[in-house]
Amino acid sequence: MAAYTSPVEGDGRTGLSDLTAAVGERFGSVLSPMPAGHGYVLTLSLAQPDSLPSLCKFLFWDLGCQFGGMIAEEHASLWQQHYAFLLPGSGWIDVLLSLPIETTTVPSIVAEVNAADWHEREVEDMFGIHFEGHPRLGDFILHDQIWREGIEPMRKTFSATQPASGRQLDLEWEPLLIVGDPGSFAMPVGPVYDGGLGESLHFLLETVGEDVIRALPRLFYNYRAVEKIAEGRCVSDVLLLAERFAATSAFAHSLAFCQAVEKIHSVEVPPRAAIFRVLICELERLRHHAGAIAAICESTALAVSTAHAAIIEEELLRASCVFIGHRYLFGLNVPGGLSRDFGAEECKTLLLSIDKAEKDLRILENRLRYSSSFLDRLEDVGVVKVESARYLNLVGPIGRASAQHCDLRKACPYSGYERYVFDIPCETEGDGYARLRVLFAEATQSVKLIHQAIDALEPGAICVPCEGSYSGAALGWAEAPRGAALHWVSLDEKGLVERYHAITPSFSNWHGFHEAAEDFAFQDFPIILATFGLSATECDR
Amino acid sequence: MSFWFWHGLRRGIQSTGYPRRAEAAPGVSPGRPVNTDFTSADEAQSAAAICPVDAIIAQGRSAFVDQGECVHCQRCRLSIPSPMNWDPGYEWTRLPAEQSECATLPSAFSKSMHIMVVDAGDCGACLHEVKQLNNPLYNMHRLGFFFTATPRTADLLLIVGPVSENMRGPLLKTWEAMPTTRRVMAVGSCAITGGIFGRSFMCAGGAGSVLPVDFEVPGNPPPPLAILHGLLVATGRKSVTQNELVSEGRS
Repeated sequence: MAAYTSPVEGDGRTGLSDLTAAVGERFGSVLSPMPAGHGYVLTLSLAQPDSLPSLCKFLFWDLGCQFGGMIAEEHASLWQQHYAFLLPGSGWIDVLLSLPIETTTVPSIVAEVNAADWHEREVEDMFGIHFEGHPRLGDFILHDQIWREGIEPMRKTFSATQPASGRQLDLEWEPLLIVGDPGSFAMPVGPVYDGGLGESLHFLLETVGEDVIRALPRLFYNYRAVEKIAEGRCVSDVLLLAERFAATSAFAHSLAFCQAVEKIHSVEVPPRAAIFRVLICELERLRHHAGAIAAICESTALAVSTAHAAIIEEELLRASCVFIGHRYLFGLNVPGGLSRDFGAEECKTLLLSIDKAEKDLRILENRLRYSSSFLDRLEDVGVVKVESARYLNLVGPIGRASAQHCDLRKACPYSGYERYVFDIPCETEGDGYARLRVLFAEATQSVKLIHQAIDALEPGAICVPCEGSYSGAALGWAEAPRGAALHWVSLDEKGLVERYHAITPSFSNWHGFHEAAEDFAFQDFPIILATFGLSATECDR
Repeated sequence: MSFWFWHGLRRGIQSTGYPRRAEAAPGVSPGRPVNTDFTSADEAQSAAAICPVDAIIAQGRSAFVDQGECVHCQRCRLSIPSPMNWDPGYEWTRLPAEQSECATLPSAFSKSMHIMVVDAGDCGACLHEVKQLNNPLYNMHRLGFFFTATPRTADLLLIVGPVSENMRGPLLKTWEAMPTTRRVMAVGSCAITGGIFGRSFMCAGGAGSVLPVDFEVPGNPPPPLAILHGLLVATGRKSVTQNELVSEGRS
C-alpha cells in the first residue's frame, strides 16, 4: 500500500471531519452543497464530470477509503451516478455526479480506481453510456454472440416483458484473446463444466504450455435481469427477488434490501428482531464457510475431509430448516423485522447444532493442518499480494486473507453489530492456505457471535410494519458470507420500486480473480477457484 | 496422513435409509403447502391473496396449490390467521401437465443412470441441493446414480434455473450432444415455470419452453431427498406423486 498516506496523525485513521476538510480544501470550488442522506454520511455533489477522476483518486488512495461500487440512475431529466466510498469507522460517502439526461459520455475512473472497471462496463452495456478512457467496453452482460449492439435494457423505455428481439446468434463471433505469442493457445472451460455442478461461467485459459498466463472469466450466463424485472413492482415482491437471486447468501442480501427499505420508511427495527438478524446472519456465514471448506477439500481430492465438511454443511442446513422452516433461510426477513418469532427451546436446539458444527470444524482444521499433501496444494498457490488486493479492492474473506481488514460489521455497523465482541481474522500471505485459515477463523467468530446474540435476547416485538407509500431512495448494506453487499433501492410516490441495484461481493471479487490464477500451473486452477469460493449467480443477478 | 483412513472408518455409515425406509431426521425437508379445506370461503380467499406468485387458487372453501408456481416464501403459513396445511414430506416428483404417461427409462438404466446437470440461471439453491446428493448422508452412488462430466455419456439431463437467455444456447447444445435414450428433468419451480423470475427478455420461463421435459421436481429449492425421489421415478423405482390437483382453467 505504497500510496496509502493518512492526512491526520494519531490513531492513523481519517475521521469524517478531517475528510470533509481535506476534500473541501482541494475540491471546494467544484462541489455544490448537498445535504447527506439516503444512508450516506456525506454527499459530494459534482455538476461537472471533469474533476470526478481526481476526486475519486483522492478518496481512494490519499484518504484510504474503500470503494463500494457505482450506482447509475436514470431520472426524468437527470442522469446520476453515485460512487459509494466507505470511510471505515464513519460510513458511506456518496460522490454524486448529476448530468443532463442527454449525457452519453462520462469520464472513466478506471485509471484511478481500478475496482470501478466492471461497474463501468455494466453501465455501458445496460444503459449505453460511454466511459471515456476505459480500456475495454462492450461484451459484458449482453454477450456479443447473442445480443446485437444498441440494446439498452436498463433504460426506462425498454420493456422487461418484451420478447427477446435483440437476439441474433452470431456464428462468426470469436472471443478476445490477449496472448498473441507463437504457439500460444486458449483452453476453454465452461459454461457447462465439472459435470454441470459448477455454476455457469466461462474461462479462456490462455497458455503457451504449462502455466496459465491469462485467465479472464466471462460471466453473466445466469443473468436474469433481476434489477430490471424489479422495476414497477411492490416492495414485498422485490424482496422475493433480493432473497432468491443468490440463495447461498440469501439472508444477507434480503437483510441489505430490507435495511434500505427501512431507511426510506424511517423505521427502527425492534431490538429483538435486530438480535435475531445477527444470529441468522452468522448462521448463514457458518454454513457458507463449511460449504466453502468442503469445496476446497474436494478440489484437492482429499475425500474423507470433503465428506466430513459436507456433513457439517448438511447438518447446518438441517438445523436452519428446523429453526426457520427453510434450509436456505428464505421467507424470514421482512422490512421492519422478521416474519416470525422464536422460543427459548428453539434457540437451545439451534445452539446444540451450532456447537456440534464448531467442534467438528475444529477437528477438521486440526487434521488438515497435518495433512502435508493437502497443504502442498494450497501453500504459495493462487497468491494475491497485499498491494494487489488493495488496488483491486477485494472484499470479504478473500480480501482479509491479503490483509484487507475491511468488514462492514465493524467498519460500518448495522443491526447492532457494534454491541458485540468479535475479531476480524486477517492474514497477510494471500495464498490459498491463508484463505482457508480465514474461513476457519471466521467460522469460530460466527459461533461466538451466535452465543452472544442468544445471551442478549430480550422479550419484545419482532416486527414493526413498514406500511404506506413512502417515496425516496436509500442504500442498505450487509457483510454477506463472501463480503460486502450493497443494495440501492429507490421507491416512487406509489411506493413501487423505481430502481434497484445490488452490488455483490462476488461481482467485486471475480474482477480480481485473474490476479490469483495467472502464472500458476493448470492443475492448480481448480484449487484456486475453490479457495476463492465465489458464486457466479451472485455476481450475475 | 493415515489418520484420515481411521477417521473415515470411525464415523461409520452415515447414509440415509431412503428409499428402503422413510428418512425421519428433522430438517431434511422444509415441507410445502398443500390443498386445504377451510371453514369459510374468506379464509381460502385470504390464503390466495397472500400468495405473491398466485400459486394458491381459492374455490369456495378450498384452496388449491399449483406446486410448479410455489416459491416456498412461507407467507401462507406465517402471515395469515388460518394457515395452509403443510406437507412435511419430500416425494414430490410429478409429470408435466400435458403428459399423461410416465416416461420411465428402460430397465437397463434402473441400476445405472448417468446424470448431466446444467445450471441454466439457477440461484444456487437447487444446484447446491443437487450437489448434496454426493455427500455421505445421501450418497446417491449406492443407488447407481452418477454425475457425468460429458453429455456424451449422460442418460438424464437435470436442469436447474429458469433458462436465462445467455444459457439457452449452451443448454440446447448439451441436450443435442446426449445420446438417445435420454430424459429431461426440471428441478425447482424456476425450471418448471420460471418461478420468481418468470418470463422476460432474459428468461425463457422454465425448461419446458426450450426442451421437452419428462419429469418435474417442484420446490424452491426441492431438498436433496425430493431430487433423489425424482431420480428414482426416472428409473422406475418409485412412482410419481398423484395428489397433484390443480383447479380447472389452469394447467
